[in-house]
Amino acid sequence: MEPKKMALIATKGTLDWAYPPLILASTAAALGFEVQVFCTFYGLSLLRKDLSGIKISPLANPAMPMPVPMPVLVQALPGMEAMATMMMKNKMKAKGVASLEELRSLCLEAEVKFIACQMTVDLFDFAPSDFIDGIEFGGATTFLDFAGSADIQLYI
Amino acid sequence: MNFDKDLDARGLNCPLPIIKTKKALNDLTTGQVLRVTSTDSGSIKDMEAFAKQTGNELLSSAQEGGAYVFMLKKK
Repeated sequence: MEPKKMALIATKGTLDWAYPPLILASTAAALGFEVQVFCTFYGLSLLRKDLSGIKISPLANPAMPMPVPMPVLVQALPGMEAMATMMMKNKMKAKGVASLEELRSLCLEAEVKFIACQMTVDLFDFAPSDFIDGIEFGGATTFLDFAGSADIQLYI
Repeated sequence: MNFDKDLDARGLNCPLPIIKTKKALNDLTTGQVLRVTSTDSGSIKDMEAFAKQTGNELLSSAQEGGAYVFMLKKK
Protein backbone atom coordinates (compact mmCIF):
# COMPACT_ATOMS: atom_id res chain seq x y z
CA MET A 1 0.00 0.00 0.00
CA GLU A 2 1.23 3.49 -0.87
CA PRO A 3 2.11 5.49 2.24
CA LYS A 4 -0.07 8.50 3.04
CA LYS A 5 1.45 11.84 2.18
CA MET A 6 1.44 15.17 4.01
CA ALA A 7 2.54 18.47 2.50
CA LEU A 8 3.15 21.47 4.75
CA ILE A 9 3.99 25.07 3.99
CA ALA A 10 5.81 26.73 6.90
CA THR A 11 5.75 30.51 6.66
CA LYS A 12 6.36 31.77 10.19
CA GLY A 13 9.56 32.22 12.16
CA THR A 14 8.51 32.74 15.76
CA LEU A 15 8.90 30.16 18.51
CA ASP A 16 5.18 29.43 18.81
CA TRP A 17 4.72 29.12 15.05
CA ALA A 18 7.83 27.00 14.57
CA TYR A 19 6.35 24.17 16.63
CA PRO A 20 3.25 23.12 14.64
CA PRO A 21 5.04 22.20 11.40
CA LEU A 22 7.81 20.32 13.23
CA ILE A 23 5.39 18.49 15.52
CA LEU A 24 3.10 17.49 12.67
CA ALA A 25 5.97 16.49 10.40
CA SER A 26 7.74 14.35 13.01
CA THR A 27 4.50 12.70 14.13
CA ALA A 28 3.27 12.02 10.61
CA ALA A 29 6.63 10.47 9.78
CA ALA A 30 6.27 8.24 12.86
CA LEU A 31 2.89 7.12 11.50
CA GLY A 32 4.58 6.14 8.26
CA PHE A 33 3.55 9.17 6.19
CA GLU A 34 5.78 10.58 3.52
CA VAL A 35 6.25 14.22 4.51
CA GLN A 36 7.49 17.34 2.78
CA VAL A 37 7.76 20.76 4.41
CA PHE A 38 8.11 23.74 2.12
CA CYS A 39 9.71 26.60 4.05
CA THR A 40 9.12 30.07 2.72
CA PHE A 41 9.58 33.63 4.03
CA TYR A 42 10.09 33.45 7.81
CA GLY A 43 9.56 29.70 7.76
CA LEU A 44 13.11 29.53 6.41
CA SER A 45 14.25 30.11 9.99
CA LEU A 46 13.32 26.46 10.70
CA LEU A 47 16.14 25.41 8.38
CA ARG A 48 18.90 27.65 9.68
CA LYS A 49 21.80 25.89 11.35
CA ASP A 50 21.34 27.92 14.50
CA LEU A 51 17.78 27.90 15.81
CA SER A 52 18.55 30.14 18.78
CA GLY A 53 17.40 33.20 16.80
CA ILE A 54 13.81 31.94 16.95
CA LYS A 55 11.98 34.01 19.55
CA ILE A 56 8.55 34.77 20.86
CA SER A 57 7.22 38.25 21.46
CA PRO A 58 4.41 39.28 23.77
CA LEU A 59 3.84 42.27 21.47
CA ALA A 60 0.74 42.15 19.28
CA ASN A 61 -0.18 38.89 20.99
CA PRO A 62 -2.85 39.68 23.57
CA ALA A 63 -3.62 35.97 24.00
CA MET A 64 -0.17 35.18 25.40
CA PRO A 65 -0.56 34.21 29.06
CA MET A 66 1.57 36.53 31.20
CA PRO A 67 2.65 35.86 34.79
CA VAL A 68 1.64 39.43 35.64
CA PRO A 69 -0.54 41.81 33.63
CA MET A 70 1.74 43.97 31.50
CA PRO A 71 0.86 47.13 29.57
CA VAL A 72 1.71 47.00 25.87
CA LEU A 73 4.22 49.85 26.17
CA VAL A 74 6.14 47.89 28.78
CA GLN A 75 6.17 44.83 26.50
CA ALA A 76 7.91 46.99 23.90
CA LEU A 77 10.87 47.77 26.16
CA PRO A 78 14.32 46.43 25.19
CA GLY A 79 14.95 42.95 26.52
CA MET A 80 11.29 41.99 26.85
CA GLU A 81 11.39 39.71 23.82
CA ALA A 82 14.47 37.89 25.11
CA MET A 83 12.82 37.55 28.50
CA ALA A 84 9.57 36.20 27.06
CA THR A 85 11.55 33.72 24.95
CA MET A 86 13.57 32.53 27.90
CA MET A 87 10.46 32.13 30.06
CA MET A 88 8.66 30.21 27.35
CA LYS A 89 11.63 27.90 26.75
CA ASN A 90 12.01 27.23 30.47
CA LYS A 91 8.33 26.44 30.74
CA MET A 92 8.48 24.09 27.78
CA LYS A 93 11.44 22.27 29.27
CA ALA A 94 9.64 21.91 32.60
CA LYS A 95 6.59 20.45 30.82
CA GLY A 96 8.61 17.91 28.82
CA VAL A 97 8.03 19.66 25.49
CA ALA A 98 10.74 18.85 22.97
CA SER A 99 13.08 21.62 21.82
CA LEU A 100 12.91 22.77 18.20
CA GLU A 101 16.36 21.27 17.65
CA GLU A 102 15.17 17.90 18.94
CA LEU A 103 12.00 17.91 16.81
CA ARG A 104 13.92 18.92 13.73
CA SER A 105 16.48 16.17 14.13
CA LEU A 106 13.64 13.66 14.67
CA CYS A 107 12.17 14.88 11.38
CA LEU A 108 15.47 14.52 9.54
CA GLU A 109 16.06 11.10 11.02
CA ALA A 110 12.60 10.04 9.81
CA GLU A 111 13.39 11.31 6.31
CA VAL A 112 11.04 14.28 6.32
CA LYS A 113 12.02 16.29 3.27
CA PHE A 114 12.53 20.02 3.83
CA ILE A 115 12.46 22.35 0.87
CA ALA A 116 13.76 25.91 1.15
CA CYS A 117 11.91 28.34 -1.09
CA GLN A 118 14.61 29.56 -3.49
CA MET A 119 12.85 32.88 -4.13
CA THR A 120 12.83 33.87 -0.44
CA VAL A 121 16.37 32.53 0.05
CA ASP A 122 17.42 35.01 -2.65
CA LEU A 123 15.17 37.76 -1.31
CA PHE A 124 16.74 37.66 2.14
CA ASP A 125 20.28 37.16 0.76
CA PHE A 126 20.70 33.85 2.56
CA ALA A 127 23.50 31.54 1.49
CA PRO A 128 23.05 27.75 1.22
CA SER A 129 25.65 27.50 3.99
CA ASP A 130 23.23 29.25 6.38
CA PHE A 131 21.06 26.14 6.29
CA ILE A 132 21.37 22.61 7.58
CA ASP A 133 22.59 19.87 5.26
CA GLY A 134 20.22 17.54 3.49
CA ILE A 135 17.57 20.05 2.45
CA GLU A 136 16.48 20.86 -1.06
CA PHE A 137 15.89 24.18 -2.76
CA GLY A 138 12.89 24.71 -4.97
CA GLY A 139 9.89 26.78 -5.91
CA ALA A 140 6.11 26.67 -5.88
CA THR A 141 6.05 24.05 -8.62
CA THR A 142 8.26 21.72 -6.60
CA PHE A 143 5.80 21.98 -3.71
CA LEU A 144 2.71 21.55 -5.89
CA ASP A 145 4.18 18.51 -7.62
CA PHE A 146 4.18 16.71 -4.25
CA ALA A 147 1.16 18.44 -2.69
CA GLY A 148 -1.05 17.58 -5.65
CA SER A 149 -1.02 13.93 -4.67
CA ALA A 150 -0.81 14.46 -0.89
CA ASP A 151 -3.58 13.37 1.48
CA ILE A 152 -3.04 16.37 3.76
CA GLN A 153 -1.96 19.85 2.76
CA LEU A 154 -1.59 22.55 5.38
CA TYR A 155 -0.45 26.14 5.27
CA ILE A 156 1.07 27.14 8.58
CA MET B 1 0.89 -9.17 30.90
CA ASN B 2 4.27 -10.13 29.48
CA PHE B 3 6.16 -7.76 27.26
CA ASP B 4 9.38 -7.86 25.26
CA LYS B 5 10.45 -4.24 25.60
CA ASP B 6 9.70 -1.46 28.05
CA LEU B 7 9.53 2.23 27.15
CA ASP B 8 9.49 4.83 29.89
CA ALA B 9 8.02 7.99 28.34
CA ARG B 10 7.11 9.62 31.63
CA GLY B 11 7.64 13.38 31.76
CA LEU B 12 7.58 13.71 27.98
CA ASN B 13 4.97 15.75 26.19
CA CYS B 14 3.33 15.50 22.76
CA PRO B 15 4.54 14.30 20.30
CA LEU B 16 7.51 12.62 21.99
CA PRO B 17 5.72 9.61 23.57
CA ILE B 18 4.39 8.58 20.13
CA ILE B 19 7.67 9.16 18.33
CA LYS B 20 9.60 7.19 20.96
CA THR B 21 6.97 4.44 20.73
CA LYS B 22 7.48 4.22 16.99
CA LYS B 23 11.26 4.02 17.47
CA ALA B 24 10.95 1.37 20.17
CA LEU B 25 8.72 -0.75 17.91
CA ASN B 26 11.45 -0.68 15.26
CA ASP B 27 13.56 -2.83 17.58
CA LEU B 28 10.88 -5.52 17.88
CA THR B 29 9.75 -8.28 15.55
CA THR B 30 6.20 -9.13 14.53
CA GLY B 31 4.06 -10.30 17.44
CA GLN B 32 6.35 -8.94 20.15
CA VAL B 33 4.84 -6.65 22.77
CA LEU B 34 5.98 -3.18 23.82
CA ARG B 35 4.97 -1.64 27.12
CA VAL B 36 4.82 2.17 27.16
CA THR B 37 4.43 4.23 30.32
CA SER B 38 3.47 7.87 29.85
CA THR B 39 2.33 10.81 31.96
CA ASP B 40 0.96 12.75 28.98
CA SER B 41 -2.83 12.54 29.31
CA GLY B 42 -3.11 13.25 25.58
CA SER B 43 -1.37 9.96 24.88
CA ILE B 44 -4.56 7.99 25.67
CA LYS B 45 -6.23 9.21 22.49
CA ASP B 46 -2.95 9.49 20.61
CA MET B 47 -1.98 5.88 21.27
CA GLU B 48 -5.35 4.68 19.93
CA ALA B 49 -4.84 6.77 16.80
CA PHE B 50 -1.26 5.54 16.45
CA ALA B 51 -2.44 1.94 16.57
CA LYS B 52 -5.18 2.65 14.04
CA GLN B 53 -2.83 4.44 11.64
CA THR B 54 0.08 2.03 11.85
CA GLY B 55 -1.72 -1.30 12.27
CA ASN B 56 0.14 -2.18 15.46
CA GLU B 57 -2.43 -3.59 17.88
CA LEU B 58 -3.18 -1.73 21.12
CA LEU B 59 -3.71 -4.67 23.48
CA SER B 60 -4.49 -2.58 26.53
CA SER B 61 -4.61 0.95 27.83
CA ALA B 62 -4.76 1.54 31.59
CA GLN B 63 -4.18 4.13 34.23
CA GLU B 64 -1.81 3.08 37.00
CA GLY B 65 -0.80 5.39 39.82
CA GLY B 66 -0.85 8.68 37.92
CA ALA B 67 0.64 7.22 34.74
CA TYR B 68 -0.82 5.65 31.62
CA VAL B 69 0.32 2.19 30.61
CA PHE B 70 -0.09 0.87 27.09
CA MET B 71 0.62 -2.54 25.63
CA LEU B 72 1.25 -2.58 21.90
CA LYS B 73 1.71 -5.64 19.75
CA LYS B 74 4.01 -5.11 16.79
CA LYS B 75 2.46 -5.67 13.37
